[in-house]
Amino acid sequence: MTDLGAGTIYTETVVFSPPEAYVNDVPYQLAIVELAGGRRITGRIEGERGQIGDRVQFAEFRNNVPFFRKQS
Amino acid sequence: MELPAANGTVTTGSRTTMATRPRRNSYPEGMRPVAVAGIGKTAFGAFPDRDLRSLAVEAGQKALENGHADASQVEAFYLGNFAGPSFVGQNHLAPYISAATGIHGVPATRFEAACASSGSAFFHAVSAVAAGLYDIVLVAGVEKMTSQPTPKVTEILAGAGDLCGEVRAGATFPALFAMIARRHMYQYGTTREQLASVAVKNHQNGAKNPLAHMRKVITMEQALAGKPIAEPLTVYDCSLISDGAAAVLIMPLDRARDFTGKPVRVLGIAQTSDNVALDEKDDITTLRAVKTSSEKAYKMAGVQAADIQFAEVHDCFTIAEILAIEDLGFVPKGQGGPYSLAGGTCLNGERPVNASGGLKSKGHPVGATGVGQICDVVEQIRGQAGDRQVKRNTLGLAQNLGGSGATSVITILGAA
Repeated sequence: MTDLGAGTIYTETVVFSPPEAYVNDVPYQLAIVELAGGRRITGRIEGERGQIGDRVQFAEFRNNVPFFRKQS
Repeated sequence: MELPAANGTVTTGSRTTMATRPRRNSYPEGMRPVAVAGIGKTAFGAFPDRDLRSLAVEAGQKALENGHADASQVEAFYLGNFAGPSFVGQNHLAPYISAATGIHGVPATRFEAACASSGSAFFHAVSAVAAGLYDIVLVAGVEKMTSQPTPKVTEILAGAGDLCGEVRAGATFPALFAMIARRHMYQYGTTREQLASVAVKNHQNGAKNPLAHMRKVITMEQALAGKPIAEPLTVYDCSLISDGAAAVLIMPLDRARDFTGKPVRVLGIAQTSDNVALDEKDDITTLRAVKTSSEKAYKMAGVQAADIQFAEVHDCFTIAEILAIEDLGFVPKGQGGPYSLAGGTCLNGERPVNASGGLKSKGHPVGATGVGQICDVVEQIRGQAGDRQVKRNTLGLAQNLGGSGATSVITILGAA
């Protein structure tokens, strides 16, 4: 799958009340990440929590869901 | 076609613009003015002993009775329902409900537009009556949600989002509106207290509504300390999972006068749409479809945002009410939070919003919400809202939203 590269958190939330499919994941951080070129994608932030404006790096796709990590 | 100003001029409003400027109603050429002649609502709540059909039939029969009409006179049945097939397994809902209401041999059709399902049904029913297809039409909305556990309800509701993107990543509706709230806080400085003030106010109003799901006053401290659902939203920022139904009887204005002494006129109505996925919207702090649909509805009614005296808006989450009052043009962008905290939208405020208690306190059986809002605005214009009655009640608006803003229906109602 494509490497989405680096991006910036446009907005985010931490989900505590999950849909049935993700009851074992909570709490998890969900974000809309703005990629280079301006395209936005909804994915998960794993590891350290991020805030709006934070730079994040694409890690991998899991079940077609993009996971990002905060850039150190 | 320009309709007579005499029908459209509000003379009781305190705003001089409305007292002096005749309303230039601009129904499209050849369209007939439409009025609401009857309304009917069930209580909203958790009703384990009631099935979906019995709720819808109760609301429909109440609307017929309220409009002094018989089921045999109904020429078409429009139903709003989001997810009956998922929540209770029943399909083919419109004829299922219309037949049980005593309506036979006429078109019976279900409309699905997420939480704007019955707003959309109402829009299409009004359009058909205005165009002359039918005279007497019953529009109902219903949802039966509480028979499923919360994670299942969350998953069914998420079906109104983009399953190939945001939902697969784990977005729920609270999460989508939480992300909108975060961005609104970032761009405009909106605070948790401002969000919570919407919940406190709507619970104050809902406590006065005998049909509301949660008739409970809450304090600011409680609202701020609620259990987190999706940061920054707590359980007090979220509307309720409810069962319920609502219905309205509509007809051309001239015929409505034969059925009721208090017809309420549909002055303007519009439905518009936008992208379903939140990440496809340029600026998530603006509900673009609310802007486009309200502009159309204002134009049709010949009014401006400042003329609207009170409104029922789609507070599925507290942030949604703040967005609504901004995107309807009641306050400038970014001022929704401060205006709410300052009490501008309270029952006795400058412009009461959600005097019914809103989705927050009244409850949100999603498919019933749009028509329920129409019922609430009609009650206000008739002067029948009891302890929740607003003082300036001749020009009201209902805003019904689907998903995170992909469908918006705006209806402007006025005394006929």
